[in-house]
Amino acid sequence: MAQVSSIADDQSSKSITLRIARYNPEKDSERQFMEFTVPYEKWTTVLEAILDVKKHFDHSVAVRYSCRQATCGSCGMIINGKPRLACFTKISELDSNIVTVEPMNNFPIIRDLAVKFERLFDTHHKIKPYLDRDDTELESDAKEFLQSPEELEQYIQFANCIKCGLCNSACPTMATDSSFVGPQALAQAYRYVADSRDKGKDSRLKIIDDSHGIWRCHFAGSCSQVCPKGVDPAMGIQLLRGYMLGFRS
Amino acid sequence: MRESTIMKIHYGTALAAVALVAVHILMRMTMNFADSLEYETVLANYKFIPYAIMLELILVLLSIHGFNGLRVILLELKQGRMYEKAVSYGCLAAMFGLIAYGSRTIIMTNMGMV
Repeated sequence: MAQVSSIADDQSSKSITLRIARYNPEKDSERQFMEFTVPYEKWTTVLEAILDVKKHFDHSVAVRYSCRQATCGSCGMIINGKPRLACFTKISELDSNIVTVEPMNNFPIIRDLAVKFERLFDTHHKIKPYLDRDDTELESDAKEFLQSPEELEQYIQFANCIKCGLCNSACPTMATDSSFVGPQALAQAYRYVADSRDKGKDSRLKIIDDSHGIWRCHFAGSCSQVCPKGVDPAMGIQLLRGYMLGFRS
Repeated sequence: MRESTIMKIHYGTALAAVALVAVHILMRMTMNFADSLEYETVLANYKFIPYAIMLELILVLLSIHGFNGLRVILLELKQGRMYEKAVSYGCLAAMFGLIAYGSRTIIMTNMGMV
């Protein structure tokens, strides 16, 4: 089904070949690539190139996106073999005349570049991604839960997670273990365990302490390499292990 | 057993095995390699009770560590309740089998039955 189409743009001097993976699990037996020649400027992102294709050639290309500024975590995909956010990846920085976009690994495909996030959201929900304590600030004489800057530093890096799923896509354990909690959920478990306001450490550690939990991480570190927000899930997992082995309390 | 307990045992057995195997290698270096593999030398090692105890400990530590490692690999390859139970109990049975067979060799040799 390879197809070559080009967008006429006299003003632009540079163009790339954009290869888009096309696959509809209800109809197709295997993934195929469609090729488009797309003009770009040094600020053009991969998402903009895909939207150009949708606008000028084939509006049926399925892609999930929203904010276009690396905040919503919707446009994760494999770009030239590496999980990245399409809105956060400029074509000029890829240093290649051919840009190949595919759906994220380790996620079921809905169609083309759009994948199902159920597993990610389920595991995220499973680790209780909220402050867990019996008392609340709604009590009559209670005030806000104050934190020192040092206490904030313990977890703030991990609070930057936008649930884009790139870490899960890059994780080699996720590829073979369909029950693995995954780096995203584990990093978020650490985010709340390390929060001085949270009182749910024991229950949270118990949740991830099973045969497909934290111990199945082999510290490949690929999750941290691909994180667009600098969350470093691999470090979070190792710090979390420190709690479980009794090195941290 | 909780997975964290199993993994603490996994790491502990690895560290202890490294220490004891180092002692074992050092002991072998007291003579040249070919002599240390002589039939009579091996029998003498088994009959020297402290050394036989150390060999037994190495056997137990490496069996626990190795079979748990195998269990972990198999659990990552495939999932499913029945499969996971079969892998866990299978590895446990294989571990006890290997320890029993190795211990039998050490004990029989130590008692002069070989």
